[in-house]
Order: sequence, then C-alpha cells, then structure tokens
Amino acid sequence: MTESVTTPDAINPAESGGWSQFNEERLTPMKKYALRNPSLIVGLSMLFGMLFLVGVGHLVWDTEQFRPLSAPTRLAPTLSHELRDGTTGAFPFGTDTQGRDLLAVAILGTPLTLRVGLIAGAVAIGLGTVAAFLAAYYRGFVDAAIRSVVDVGLAMPALLILILVRINIGRELSIDEIGIAIGLTSWVFPARTIRSQVLVMREQTYVELSRLSGTSGMGIIFKEMMPNLIPYITASLVGSVAGAILASIGLEAIGLGNFSEPTLGMTIYWNIQFSSITLGMWWWWLPPLAAIVIVFVSLFLISSGLDEWSNPRLRKRV
Amino acid sequence: MVQPTIEETRLSTEQAIQTYRTGARITDVDALVVDGFSVYYETDSGTVKACDDVTFTLKQGERFALVGESGSGKTTLAMGLMRLTRPPGHIASGSAILNGRDLTTLSDEEMRKTRLSELALVPQGAMNSLNPVMRIGRQIIDGILDHVDEDDKSPTKDELDETVRDLLTRVGLRPGVARLFPHELSGGMKQRVAMAIGISLRPRLIVADEPTSALDVVVQRQIMQTLGRLQEGLDASIMLVGHDMGLVAQFADTIGVMYAGKLVEIGPVEEVFSDPKHPYTKLLIRSLPSLQEKREFLGIPGLPPQLIDLPVGCAFADRCPSVFAKCREVTPQTQDLGGRRETACHLYDEEAKS
Amino acid sequence: MSTFLELDHVTKTFGSEGMFGNGQVTVAVDDVSLSIDEDEASITTVAGESGSGKTTLSRLLLGSHVPSDGRMLYRGKDFTKLTSRERRNFRREIQPIFQDPFESYNPFYKVDHVLDAPIKNFKLASSNREKKRMIEDALEMVGLLPGETLGRFPHQLSGGQRQRIMVARALLLKPRVILADEPVSMVDASLRATILDSIRRLNRDLGISVVYVTHDLTTAYQISDNLMIMYRGAVVEAGTVDEVIPNPQHPYTKLLIESIPQPDPKNRWGSEPPQQNWDTSDTDIAGCRFADRCPAVMDNCRTTVPAQYLINEHQMTRCFLHEEKGVMENPDITSTFQTESETIKAVPADMSI
Repeated sequence: MTESVTTPDAINPAESGGWSQFNEERLTPMKKYALRNPSLIVGLSMLFGMLFLVGVGHLVWDTEQFRPLSAPTRLAPTLSHELRDGTTGAFPFGTDTQGRDLLAVAILGTPLTLRVGLIAGAVAIGLGTVAAFLAAYYRGFVDAAIRSVVDVGLAMPALLILILVRINIGRELSIDEIGIAIGLTSWVFPARTIRSQVLVMREQTYVELSRLSGTSGMGIIFKEMMPNLIPYITASLVGSVAGAILASIGLEAIGLGNFSEPTLGMTIYWNIQFSSITLGMWWWWLPPLAAIVIVFVSLFLISSGLDEWSNPRLRKRV
Repeated sequence: MVQPTIEETRLSTEQAIQTYRTGARITDVDALVVDGFSVYYETDSGTVKACDDVTFTLKQGERFALVGESGSGKTTLAMGLMRLTRPPGHIASGSAILNGRDLTTLSDEEMRKTRLSELALVPQGAMNSLNPVMRIGRQIIDGILDHVDEDDKSPTKDELDETVRDLLTRVGLRPGVARLFPHELSGGMKQRVAMAIGISLRPRLIVADEPTSALDVVVQRQIMQTLGRLQEGLDASIMLVGHDMGLVAQFADTIGVMYAGKLVEIGPVEEVFSDPKHPYTKLLIRSLPSLQEKREFLGIPGLPPQLIDLPVGCAFADRCPSVFAKCREVTPQTQDLGGRRETACHLYDEEAKS
Repeated sequence: MSTFLELDHVTKTFGSEGMFGNGQVTVAVDDVSLSIDEDEASITTVAGESGSGKTTLSRLLLGSHVPSDGRMLYRGKDFTKLTSRERRNFRREIQPIFQDPFESYNPFYKVDHVLDAPIKNFKLASSNREKKRMIEDALEMVGLLPGETLGRFPHQLSGGQRQRIMVARALLLKPRVILADEPVSMVDASLRATILDSIRRLNRDLGISVVYVTHDLTTAYQISDNLMIMYRGAVVEAGTVDEVIPNPQHPYTKLLIESIPQPDPKNRWGSEPPQQNWDTSDTDIAGCRFADRCPAVMDNCRTTVPAQYLINEHQMTRCFLHEEKGVMENPDITSTFQTESETIKAVPADMSI
C-alpha cells in the first residue's frame, strides 16, 4: 500500500518500458523525475554549458593559433597587445613560452580530451558488457576464463601497461589510438561489475520463465536482460569516460601523448616542461586545470545521478 | 547451529499450557484508545486516504487483530500509531491515547522513548531487520541501552547478560544463541530474536505486523504461541496486523476488519466468525477454505477501489451483494450493535437505533 | 495408460564432501520414485515446509535440476539422453506457474510479452490474427477480459490478475503437465479462490495434470486429488487427499495438519510443538529424519531408515509405527494415487464445475 503511494509508478522507469510508447510513458515521467534528481541535472548542465562555450569559441575565434609561434610569447591575459606588424591582437587567456594562444588551446583541448575519454569509455564498456554477458550467462569454462583475465587485469595498473605499449610501438599515437588503447586496458572493471548484475538478473523468475517459453540464450540476453541493464550500463559508461580521461591526462603529462595535439593533458605536460608555476604564469596552468575540474565534477554528478536512476534502492522516496 | 534441546522446549510448553487461558487476561482498563485516527498521503494526483477516521479501544491484556486485504490500510494504521509514517504520509487527524498520553502530540524524542519502552513493534519480516555482523546478544543489549535515560545509572554487564539470558529463554531459545550471528539461525529463530528485542523493555502494547508471514505453518504456530505466552508474562496488550484469518481465529480475542482505509467491523472473534455483520466480513469468512469439507471456492468478486478516488457512500458498495440506494449516497457511520460489536453498514441502521 | 514423466529412485544432493567441499551435504530429495501419467489427468499436491525439498523436486520435474542419483525418464527415455528436439518438446509439455506473479514479469515489457514469447518461440501461430485469437481465448479461459489486461504493464494489474495471466501463458503452450509452485501464497486470500479455480478448470476441462507445490494443506485439500508430504527430502506420507487429510498416519503429517491455523476460533491449537533441529546434518542422521521431533519415537527410528509401508490401497507412509502393514511392492509412490476415472466416480455431480 504505502509502497505504491510513496513511489508513484510514473517515476519508476524499472517498472515501465517497451519502446513503443516511449514518449508518453517514459519521457514525461522522466522530466518529472529529473526535477527530483538535481545531481543529474546540475552535472548535465555543467557539461553541456562547457561544450556550448567551446562551440561558440570555434565559431568566433581563430583556433589555428594553438600552434607554437603563432603569437608573442609569455603574454599575460590582455585584450589589446601591439604586435610587430603594428596591429593589435587580443589574447584574453594570454600566451605561453612557445607562443601559443592559450584561448585557442582551451577551445581545442577540451573537446579533444573528452573525445579520448568517450572513445576509451565506449570501447571499455562495449568489451566489458560482451565479456560480462558471456561470462555470467554461460557460466562454466567461459566464466572461469573471463574471470581470470579480469582478475589479472584488475591487479595490473593500466597506466603501466599503456606506458609499455606506447614505448614498444615507438611512435606517437593519434588521439583516437590513445583512446582505443586506454579502452583496451580498462574494460575489466566494467566487465566485473556488469557481470555481477547479470548474475543477479539471470536468477530472476522472469528470465527462467522466458527460458521455459523457449527463448534462446541470445534472445534472453538481448530481449530480457539488456533493456533492464541500460541505465546501469549508461552509468558505468560515464564512470569509464571519467577514468579514461584521467588515464589519458596521466599518459600525456608524463610525455607519452601526441605532441601535435593541444589536449588538456599535453598542455599540462608543457606547463611542467617550462615550469609555468615558477615563472608565475598562472594563466597557463589555470584554464586546463579548471577545465579538468569541471569535466570531472560534471561526470561525477551525472554518474551518481544515473546511479540513483538505475538503482531503485538508492532512489529517493518522494 | 545451536537449538534448544527438546527437554528445554518441553518445559516452556508446559508453562505455555499453564498460562494459556483465553479471556482471563483481559482487564477492564483501557490500554489504547484510538479516536478518529486518519493517515493521508499527499501525492501529485491527490490525497490518498490510506486510513480514514478509525476508532477503537484496546483493553489491557487484550489481543486485537486488524485484518484486511493488502491496501486496506491496516499496516498504515499500525505504522501511524507508532508514528512511523513516512512522508508524504502524515497523520491527518485523530488521537491515540496510550496509557493516558496522546501519541499524536508527543515530541519526536518522547515518541522515540515511548517506542520500545511502552510500545513494541514486531515488524513484517522482522527477522531480516537484524544486523548481520553483530552477535545476537549485543543487538539485544543495544536496544536496551538505547532507551536508558541519561540520569539513570546504566545497568552493569552482568545485569545485561542476565537480561539477555532471560529474554532468550522467554522466547524459547537457548541462552547460547546470544553468542551467535543472525545467519547462523533459522527464520523462526530470528523471528524469536526480533521478539526478544521487542519485549526487552517490558512494553505495555506489542504491535505485531504480519509476524509470521514468511514462515512455515508449524513454525508459525510456535511463534504465535510464544507471542501469546510473552504477552501474558508481561501483562501487555497485542495488536496483530495481518491478512490470515486462520491465524486471527487462532490467536485473537477481538477482530477489526478494515476495508479501503476504514474499519468496517469490530467484535469478539468468536462472534464475528460465527455471525459476521458487514457483508464484506461475511464474504471474507465464506471465502476461507476449510479442512472439514470440500466445497467450491468462493472469492469476493471485483477489486477494492482506488483510495485516491473513493466513491461517494460506502466503499464496498460496488462489490456488495446486499447493496441498496442509500449505500451509494451516504457514507455509513460506525454503529454500536451492542455486545461489543460495531459495524459500518447501512443494513443495520434500524437495528442500531432501536 | 502411458507415463509422461517418471522419477526412478531419484536423489538430489547439494554441497559436497572432500577437499573442496565444505563437508555439508544437503539431501534435498531423498530416494523418490513417482510417475506422472499422461492420459489420467489429476491434481497432485507436493506439501512440506521450507527445506522439505518440495521446491527441489519441482525443479527436477521442470528439468532445471539434474538428479544426483537415480533416473528421470521422459516418455520412457532417460532424460540425459534426450535429443534436442525431444528436450524442446519436453520444455513445452511441462509448464510452470511460479510463486511470485510480479517477478515472473520482465518489468520492461507489457504483460503481452509473456504471452507473445511462447507463441513466437514454439511457432504456435501462423499469423498475427491467430496469435491474437489464441491469447484472447487463453485469457478468457482463466476468467480475464482481454481488453482489461492486454497492453498494460505488470504493476498496473492486481496480483490475482497477474497470476491468472501466468495460468493463461501456461495454457497457450498446450502442456501435458502444469507445475504450480506456491501459486497463491503471495496473493490476497480473497483472490486465491479465482486462481485455484482456474487451475482446477485446466485439469477438469482440458485434461492437464497439475502438480501443486505448497505448504498450505487447506487449499491442497480443496483442489487436489492426491497428496504427498515431504520432510527433509523424504516423502513421508502419500496417498489420496481423502485418505491422508482426515486420517494422517505419519506423526509429521499429524503435526502439520494440527498446526494449520483453522479459521475457527472454537477449534484452537493445542500446546506448543517442539522445534525442528537443524543441528544435525542430513548425512549424520542414520534413521528417520523426524525422529528427534517425533512424539512417538522408538529405538529403531534413530538407527534405521523406515521403508514405504502401505496403509491401504490409497495411502502409504514411511513410519515404523506401520511396519506391520508391510512394505509397498512398487516403490512408485504414485501407485497409491487415485486415477482420474475413479475421481469422477467419487465426486458427487454438483461438485464438478
């Protein structure tokens, strides 16, 4: 009694479903629910707000100035600086010791870093989900094999593997290759958590009933289990993206990134190389740091918001 | 797993027989007087009257059973009396006077002290409410210490151990159970521990919400009989909330039948079973399968109404075989039929007046 | 008369001894022989408390568990040697109804999903029209209006409706046997009647055998023809309900029947019975498993396992109190059961639906 009253059915996505009446049965309640889940809303607005500013930047700013020597060096933020040819240029974020316009770097670097994160996250979750379903649904030998790979993978620091891979390849990796490499080393954690979710779900009565209704193994995975795991997988994806961004920044900061791309991690690498802090060039290290903080805080908020959505036990009672 | 030996259990069985005297424990003192008690839930789509204008009196030593289908408001009422209603639910009106004090007006702190010390709850699935990483003895002691007043001197360790031993023996467990963890006990044993915690402060009223719903019949019988024995030892009253009419018939002195948030019939259990007044009670009792004779199953046709959109008049009108015009126009009031029997049904309008 | 499914001295144990086991062996089903007949549809109750092995027995019958010892035969053929085609047939011919009607539904889909899936998977319908008609017929058969049930999500229906849709789902597959595992224990008392009634209707009208697994002897008495009582894995008593319920012979059956909370305030329980002792592991007990709770325990109960003694044509028990009645020749406990033809004779005309 109290149950159905305290949790109006409308806000319980686990209890509705089917794609057909998605709009009327899910979207409207979702809007209502969003109002009660502020962390999701704040996180999403932070992320999209930043992406919006980046987009505007692309339209109004000459982003080619991210290259070294395209501007005077070591300029503090200024809106009018007399250039050698007599014209004045505006450098609102200042320039670094090698003559990059740091506003252009900020506009280009933020989406590049997010891109690494997204590629890596998608690879990790994709591999992890497949491995998790194979292991948890078929059990036995498949499970034992996947589980041992996962256990070994969890025990080894991913950054170490990445460093070894990078050194062995011996050439600079493109942004996308870095993303894929990170994804290949970080699928083990999502594999383990999703596996445990699938293990619980395969014991559900409706899964057993579906099997007795003659549904095949794949049918059960895709039709019965997957739809219910989508919120959980989405939440894991966000977490993986954040982890991948951290890994890419770590890799780049120690000088194993792509030197021709102005990602946030590479900017930090240059900061370290040219001791920006000792030089007092706060305008150099502050923007990438701020961008990283915003990305992480927003991803964290989105992830915890999604977590609450996918896990009814955490869902706040109205 | 440790269990009481058969000899130990037999001993408690004899005690049980000694104290098992129906009726003798009921006194004439009012233990709980509930008057016009309502619990409403405010939702996006309107007010849900989960429990509406409930009035009854529970005598000291009485076993009162509140029955109804799921959604009838019986648990809402019990939780409301314990002041455990969660938002958006709230006590909308009414009073509940326990031993002279109105529970609805107590401060949260006073209410916290009253729970357990005067009013114990054995909740639904109580056995799952035990802390899995804490020994049984510790959990019982914590419950006691939690309610010791600051100015009182706290009991010594020996006193506490003695209390735990005494409580476990009373609920039919071996004192050694105190050293075990919940997972080492069976469901019935855990339910007994939950009861031991409930009675640790000698409450005056025990509210038991479906205390045996997940248990087997033999265990269920043992638990209910233990509960009855404990009640007599404490000279307490019991409010049993449940849907199992069989259990009610076996255990209770008085029965209150709830339907759609309202108390539709109250009376002594033997009389209500032999001569139910409200048509809902009649159908409910007729629908019970029996071991004596094989017959057709008779369910109650239709479904209970949505509490958010109650029809005018009697909520049972749509399912009632004896419905007449007045039922759909006027909400029936509870009427005294004499002999401690009350019902809210227009069929008895005349009878009540005379 | 042909046998649909047969258990031949089947034992199912969980846990293992030895180096990797924890040494705790649970004998969930202990040496049970029974058969389910295809032509003679009857309702058989498997009753017992939790831990009695009744759920394990039902999982064995569904093919979800494999016997640890003994054989299971499907139409006379060893279950482990079935071809995939035969196994598929078996899957269709024995259908379950589970305890919790809500958990039987995938919350993502409307209730139609559980009805569509079997038709699609077993290719039972050649067109959408035919599918629709089959679904509607099945729903009407269990007393539901298709318009009021289809197109809704499980949480929008009552517990009784959800469970009756499950009965309809089983019906769609035209099974030979329906295995109902506590189908009404999570449903309100007032709705139980309609569900049990629809199950009984399947048996009487469509000739489907029903195995009704429950702890509730009252409903078992009302709907079933035959009854087997399980205690810690063993079938301690079996026979027709009309013999067993009024005249229980095994002390455990007596305790079980006495403990039923009868809805009659004038007929209350006696004194508190002794508790079950889970202290002893199943493999430690040499004799009768009920010995340590039994009020009539004798010396040989603790040392020797009682055989199946035949009380009369329609009742058997595993208790030394009835040793003089002689051991059953046929180990198949269902040989004491009443067949359908007898049932019809025994039931007065006004009892049939």
